Amino acid sequence: MSYLEYNAKYVPTGLRKILYVNWPLALLLAAVAGVGFLMLYSVAGGSFTPWAEPQMKRFAVGFALMMMVAMVPSWFWRNMASVAYLASLALLLGVEFFGSVGMGAQRWIDLGFMRLQPSELMKVTLVLMLAAYYDWLPSHRKSRPIWVLLPVILILVPTALVLRQPDLGTSILLLAAGGGLMFLAGVHWAYFAAVFAAGAGLITAVLQSRGADWQLLKDYQFRRIDTFLDPSSDPLGAGYHITQSKIALGSGGWTGRGFMQGTQSRLNFLPEKHTDFIFTTLAEEFGFIGAFSLLALYALIIVFCIASALANKDRFSSLLTLGVALNFFLFFAVNMSMVMGLAPVVGVPLPLVSYGGSAMLVLLLAFGLVQSAHVHRPR
Amino acid sequence: MKRPRIDTEAAHRLISRRAAILGGVQLAFVGALGARMQFLQVDQADQFRLLAEENRINIRIIPPARGEIFDRNGIALARNVPSYRIVVVREDAGDVDEVLARLAKIVPLRPEDVDRALAEMKRSAPFLPITFADEVTWDDLSRVSVNAPALPGVTPEVGLTRVYPLGSDYAHVLGYVGPVSDYDLERLEDPDQLLRIPRFQIGKVGVESKAETALRGKGGAKRVEVNATGRVMRELDRREGTAGSDLQLTVDAKLQSYVQARLNGESASAIVMDVTSGDLLAIASAPTFDPNLFVRGISTRDYRALTENKYRPLASKSVQGTYPPGSTFKMITAMAALEEGLIGPDDTVYCPGHLEVAGRKFHCWKRAGHGWVDLQNSLKQSCDVYYYDLALKVGIEKITAMANRFGLGERHDVPMSAVASGLTPTKAWKNRTHGQDWVIGDTVNASIGQGYMLASPLQLAVMAARLASGNAVRPRLIKSVDGIEQPSGAGPSMGMNENNLRKMRRAMFDVVNDRRGTAYGSRIIDDAMRMAGKTGTSQVRNISAAERARGVTRNEDLPWDRRDHALFVNFAPYDNPKYAVAVVVEHGGGGSKAAAPIARDVTLQALFGEDPPVDAYPTKDRSRIREQQRVLRGIQPLANISGKDQA
Repeated sequence: MSYLEYNAKYVPTGLRKILYVNWPLALLLAAVAGVGFLMLYSVAGGSFTPWAEPQMKRFAVGFALMMMVAMVPSWFWRNMASVAYLASLALLLGVEFFGSVGMGAQRWIDLGFMRLQPSELMKVTLVLMLAAYYDWLPSHRKSRPIWVLLPVILILVPTALVLRQPDLGTSILLLAAGGGLMFLAGVHWAYFAAVFAAGAGLITAVLQSRGADWQLLKDYQFRRIDTFLDPSSDPLGAGYHITQSKIALGSGGWTGRGFMQGTQSRLNFLPEKHTDFIFTTLAEEFGFIGAFSLLALYALIIVFCIASALANKDRFSSLLTLGVALNFFLFFAVNMSMVMGLAPVVGVPLPLVSYGGSAMLVLLLAFGLVQSAHVHRPR
Repeated sequence: MKRPRIDTEAAHRLISRRAAILGGVQLAFVGALGARMQFLQVDQADQFRLLAEENRINIRIIPPARGEIFDRNGIALARNVPSYRIVVVREDAGDVDEVLARLAKIVPLRPEDVDRALAEMKRSAPFLPITFADEVTWDDLSRVSVNAPALPGVTPEVGLTRVYPLGSDYAHVLGYVGPVSDYDLERLEDPDQLLRIPRFQIGKVGVESKAETALRGKGGAKRVEVNATGRVMRELDRREGTAGSDLQLTVDAKLQSYVQARLNGESASAIVMDVTSGDLLAIASAPTFDPNLFVRGISTRDYRALTENKYRPLASKSVQGTYPPGSTFKMITAMAALEEGLIGPDDTVYCPGHLEVAGRKFHCWKRAGHGWVDLQNSLKQSCDVYYYDLALKVGIEKITAMANRFGLGERHDVPMSAVASGLTPTKAWKNRTHGQDWVIGDTVNASIGQGYMLASPLQLAVMAARLASGNAVRPRLIKSVDGIEQPSGAGPSMGMNENNLRKMRRAMFDVVNDRRGTAYGSRIIDDAMRMAGKTGTSQVRNISAAERARGVTRNEDLPWDRRDHALFVNFAPYDNPKYAVAVVVEHGGGGSKAAAPIARDVTLQALFGEDPPVDAYPTKDRSRIREQQRVLRGIQPLANISGKDQA
């Protein structure tokens, strides 16, 4: 294992660091958040309350937080990875005992000034942890079973806790992000092939478990799968979400009905119009052009992250950046698939657009790490 | 401070390769999302837009205002008046029980209404108004408005209710409205959408029912935007309906009022018809009922009282009741014989008090007989034997044909319920319905309007009008629709020999004005207004030979429903006929005693347009008439309205 010497003289210091921030990425994030404000303003019927204004405040706080994180050298974050991971894990355990129940699931801890969802935090700290792990692990060991087992445990413990809450959406995201990071780190592809085979077996088992006394998913989760496969089977019941969501989306057409002219969300035909299903409002009001533009903004964020990662010679930094990008991708890909009827309704918000404190803060925190890696990249 | 470790080239390449692969997968997925978007939003946009509109837009029907009904002078007979009700919206009321308790303190609430409303409230969406009190008085309504701050969610609403200001005078003519029933909906092949509105009012009987299409109007529609729970968010557009047409009847409200009052206490009906235009100025039937009771929803007790009354107040006897016309039919028999040229007016027949036909004895009402009688005397004294003799000469087919020319046996086109066609028998008819051959005795009975012969008061009035005018005049009840005059009932000449008609009219004049005439007691003194008429007394029972032998039981000694019907038809003035009148008093006894006086009073009332001066009556009757006029004025709603107040 050979380490190249690091040339410190090119590393920016002090306030000059601000000039080295990945500004296009920051602006893209702000643009997406801006779309969110617009939509929250619209679904509230042309009002900043109750959603747009708190969301803007949170974004301002989050953006400042992102900048602060960006100013701190990335190696500090690498050293803090295990601490952050363990803290997240402790919080996750905390919700088991002190969490409040919202929407039939224990998901958040009331900190007084905000409600924290530890599962959201875990998405970032898991990526951070794994990036640090593979940074520490000598390259030739990364495919050895014992060194593969360790990160798998790091992934599965929080995943299991989140699944217990129960929050299927987030646990899938954790699993996918963790697995993705292992893939990026260069773990041998045979492991992944084995996991996919096992996954297929598990899905079969889950479907088989239905009705048996060892049922693996809650009834509502099974129903969501049913209605995902055939939404028309229950248009007013569980299939209502998907049917109405597609109606709203499809009725947008090319150009949409115009800002604040969306009928389906304002008339409450859509459930969760300000959170998980906010994309349908955008699609209805701004049509294909608007919806595709948002998708393009998201894709650009991914592209900028990947570019930043590829240009970064530091393994921790590039893994962290790629991991955050993957996380972000999973967020919007799952959400959009869900509202467009490509995936079951699993309760994943649209990143930076959906109303919600934890998700927004945690995401900006994560991009703060990406910025830090970008600013402090070896030159 | 630790510095970042610069990766080996190999490790960096591996990460880059894997990043490229994963990045490629991600971008491919983004492409898939884009394609899905395009599929939903571009390819299937039309379909989804349609579904979205279906979600969003509801069509609500706006009921049109029902047409109002007026008399020939513009007096309102059926109106729509605002009615007030109190509704409560659950979500605005908060604590419904508390609000109701407060409401009950200021307006009377019926416990059954409250129970029904609470049950309805449980079933329906929280924003829907539920009626807790209907037909609220203005005072109660004001109290609710004043106390509005203490009564959240309670609002007064205004609707329209059908009201018949003259109530029972028009019960049979106008009928009444009521909420659409399932039965109504079943009867119609393609019911108007309006009828789907809960409790929509439609005409149930009478003009309200027969002129339903004109009165109802066309419903408008508004498109409203509703949210997922059905709450109306805003109105998108509206298309106003067309209000129902206003009808003007040929009826003269004042006269109708008088006739109805005059019939009060009898089971009787009377018609006044214009002999030239066919306008029906009065169509009265007694006893009657208050149609307003039906609009509000009649109580079972009230309804049973109406159906169990032996005088049948619900029946519209003037058009629906059919009676053997009795001697009022004699003009038809005579006209048949005259028009056929079988007799001359001066030919005489000997009446010994009976006539034996085919081995059966047919009696004249006068046992002693009338001796030698000609046409004029036979009618004047109502000799039966004379007409038996005519019938044998003319035959039933000619008599029936003549009856039909005078409108008997015909269902006249009058927009009232259950207009009867009566019956003018023929040989074929008897064969068909009774399976028996016509016998000569049937013809003899028919000649004096007995046997199978049946006629309604309306038909008798038309008969009298046609005798008076010589024209095939038809009855008309609707004068105008939305101010557009309807076709007159005036008809062409019936093409009968004017001499024969004149002879008949003269004979009818004598019935009333000749000292020996059967209706002499009901004559009019005023020379300009003398009337011509004919009495009729029709049996509703067979008089056996045994009874005839010991003397026919007097009507007064019979139970009510076995007594004879009393009939009278007339027209006046004799010289220049204006009005034809028919009066039937069910089981009233003799036509001259029970029906003719009513007909005279009604005729005079029609001719004068108000209470006639008592000197139009014979001297000995005047004080009695003066008293009768005073009593009747007391029970007529319109007695004190002068012509100027009308409109």
